[in-house]
Amino acid sequence: MSLLNVSSPHAHRPLSTATVMQLVLLATLPGIAALSLFFGWGTLLNLAIAIPLALLFEACVLKLRQRPLAFYLGDYSAVVTAVLLAIALPPHSPIWLVAIGIGFAIIIAKHLYGGLGYNPFNPAMVAYVVLLISFPVEMTQWAAPLSLIDSGAIDGHTMATPLDVLKNNNSELVADLFAHNPGFGRWAGLGWEWVNLSFLAGGCFLLYKRVFTWHAPVAMLSSLAFCSLFFYDGGSSASKGSPLFHLLSGATMFGAFFIITDPVTSAVSNRGRLVYGALIGLLLFVIRAWGNYPDALAFAVLLMNFAAPFIDYYTQPRTYGHKAKQPPSKEESH
Amino acid sequence: MNQRLPNTLSNNMPKTYPTPGGVHPPQNKAQSTSRPIQQASLPAELVLPLSQHAGAPAKAIVAVGDKVLKGQCIAQAKGSISAYIHAPSSGEVTAIEPRAIPHASGMQDNCIVIKTDGEDNWCPLQGCEDFSQLPASELVEQIRLAGITGLGGGGFPTAVKLISSDTQASLNKAIDTLIINGTECEPYITADDLLMRERAQQIISGIQILQHIIKPSTATLIGVENNKPEAIAALEAAIAEANANNITVVSFAGKYPSGGEKQLIQILTGREVPSGGLPADVGIVCQNVGTVAAVHDAIVLGKPLISRITTVTGQACAQPQNFEVLIGSPIAHVLAQAGFDASACQRLIMGGPMMGFTLTDTSVPVIKATNCLLAATEAELPSPPPAQACIRCGMCAEACPASLLPQQLYWYARSKEYEKLEELNLFDCIECGACSYVCPSTIPLVQYYRASKADIREHKAEMHKAEQSKARFEARQQRLEREEQEKAEKRAARQAAAKAKLAAAAQAGGEQELDPVQAAVARAKAKKAAKAAAAETEAGNSTAKPETKPTDEAN
Repeated sequence: MSLLNVSSPHAHRPLSTATVMQLVLLATLPGIAALSLFFGWGTLLNLAIAIPLALLFEACVLKLRQRPLAFYLGDYSAVVTAVLLAIALPPHSPIWLVAIGIGFAIIIAKHLYGGLGYNPFNPAMVAYVVLLISFPVEMTQWAAPLSLIDSGAIDGHTMATPLDVLKNNNSELVADLFAHNPGFGRWAGLGWEWVNLSFLAGGCFLLYKRVFTWHAPVAMLSSLAFCSLFFYDGGSSASKGSPLFHLLSGATMFGAFFIITDPVTSAVSNRGRLVYGALIGLLLFVIRAWGNYPDALAFAVLLMNFAAPFIDYYTQPRTYGHKAKQPPSKEESH
Repeated sequence: MNQRLPNTLSNNMPKTYPTPGGVHPPQNKAQSTSRPIQQASLPAELVLPLSQHAGAPAKAIVAVGDKVLKGQCIAQAKGSISAYIHAPSSGEVTAIEPRAIPHASGMQDNCIVIKTDGEDNWCPLQGCEDFSQLPASELVEQIRLAGITGLGGGGFPTAVKLISSDTQASLNKAIDTLIINGTECEPYITADDLLMRERAQQIISGIQILQHIIKPSTATLIGVENNKPEAIAALEAAIAEANANNITVVSFAGKYPSGGEKQLIQILTGREVPSGGLPADVGIVCQNVGTVAAVHDAIVLGKPLISRITTVTGQACAQPQNFEVLIGSPIAHVLAQAGFDASACQRLIMGGPMMGFTLTDTSVPVIKATNCLLAATEAELPSPPPAQACIRCGMCAEACPASLLPQQLYWYARSKEYEKLEELNLFDCIECGACSYVCPSTIPLVQYYRASKADIREHKAEMHKAEQSKARFEARQQRLEREEQEKAEKRAARQAAAKAKLAAAAQAGGEQELDPVQAAVARAKAKKAAKAAAAETEAGNSTAKPETKPTDEAN
């Protein structure tokens, strides 16, 4: 008889990192479906390019780093990065654009920092920002809603997103924009509102499955809603948009449930995640309202990735048997 | 940060308080609760480790060849934290030698080996009809002499806990609450559950003895999770029977690790034991139900602690059940009575699946702290898969009952940043294993924490040693300097005194002696001259002229 000699605990909950990643992938499906329904099969094309490329890059780097391929590819983390970037990129992005993005995400943003778990910045967002800064033209041509193309309401296949239109609007009342601009829907952009609601549904599924806690998403959405409410002027031509418009526009819900919940790059404690999410919501609104870009999720997330260790430092939970304590001495925090 | 709001379960049920963290592993308790407690048979040989409790090892007071009776003391407590050991059955001491003991490291340690004679003859026992006539100190002494240690798994000498609570009382920090731990949250283990079901009167009687010793001013609470309705009913019936209205059974929805001493105190009182402190610091004494039953046996029946209830379970046992086992019985002997199938057993655990440790040798004995033997198959507790990268998902932090940040501790444990680990309160980790249980990357987190704690302790011991030698060195330097200085002072004082004397002499006797040095030189010269003269006269030579000889020796 050979008895195993291992240390406690001996029991283990049957939920693996691969399962967590698979659940995340599963939860993106409603959002992807909505994107394809309203903006055509461009996102599916992005996915079809991004996923194999991500696996290829991942395998190459693992080989270079002399890591067992099957074990590490089996954690699905590369696939998740690919899916998140493919969703964030404009539909029908050129192959080279996707390839550069995926290459940057996997090789530089992930593996040069030490691989899964060691990257301080969200790989998909790093790649997105690199592409946005390097190739602004390709990156700002979002597909027009299919219904508008079919009905001949617009020429061409791309158009400015509602966030862009609202940002550059200084002549029309918001109500008129909704009435006259074909890109606007009931509460926000045509199609965009459903895309956001679909990502919200996927996010709720992950919350239900306890893949992450509610703290960061709820904090981000609340802070965005609060900021937009605070600056909402009832819909003048200089309006920054209503809370509902902001919550259902652009990458809001996708970001709240699929990007800022990336555990590797976010704050670790629940209190820390509240701060982290709230600050992302604030930055998101600030950049949307007064920055140079119509949407700002990637910038907001990367800036807060920077700040996450700092937030952790000041939000350490009170340990059992300890008095609520002041953060440790200040000189160490720099 | 959570406001600890009491939630009232029912109108007459005392409040319980929410606690952070916790997990819900499959209970697996039903396997061993269907059969009553059974007496395990008498083994041919009993092996009693001298160190089977927290603290210093006991000192053997028998010799090889001695005949012993059941219940006879065979080893005495040594030092303030230690415990007596008694012969669990009658027989002959055949060896006092190092044997394999149940320990995570698989180490050997000194054991008293008794070859049983099958008679099972008791030594004379002296019970006490009415303990309330005895003073508390006398009862504590009897508990100490009975060798009782915490039977929940900790193995801490019970009398020491009671003495320290006594001193606390004298320090004007009276104990207000006595908590009896009937919360058996580890999966598989049902020893306390069955004990409460079958021997509730014993437990209540033991509690009354403790009440007499401690005199808790506010309450005596028995904490039992609500998944043990039979145990709760039995305890309540026993309380009614004994008319012990000042004892209250508190039931609550359990999770793992509600049965940890610190966690149970928090659930029942909302208080937290200060970091590095004792329950007595917040006016509480906590004892396990098994320990309390042993106190009853010791005081009322005069029986020392020589047996305990142990759950023998797992899929490799055909009849999982609870046994009353003699301390020192080899576990192979105990397992055999539960229909143990060695070929199916892949992992043999002493304790539960969350905090127990594996055994690789079935010859080790059952000790006072052995609450469970879990013989698990591969299907039941699969071999741990290789650990994946930590993705900082935070599930561990959600599960931690002490509100630590396990993922950060893991990070710093790997990089051996001890200061950071202490800043993150590593030493408040109770090693319950909830974090490792939920980790989706199957990282053996607790193992990292144990290793880091050991490293830090070693590091501190070294630092302490270095500081001590530095202090010793500095003290020596100071002493040498001081001695040097004292010498110099003495010299100076002597010179001053001599000068003073000389001056006095000069004043008194005019110019007879001009200088003490010259006087000394002159004296030495005279001495030498005398010597030389003596030598020369012996050799028969003519008169010497000592004045011509060099006089440097005189200096």
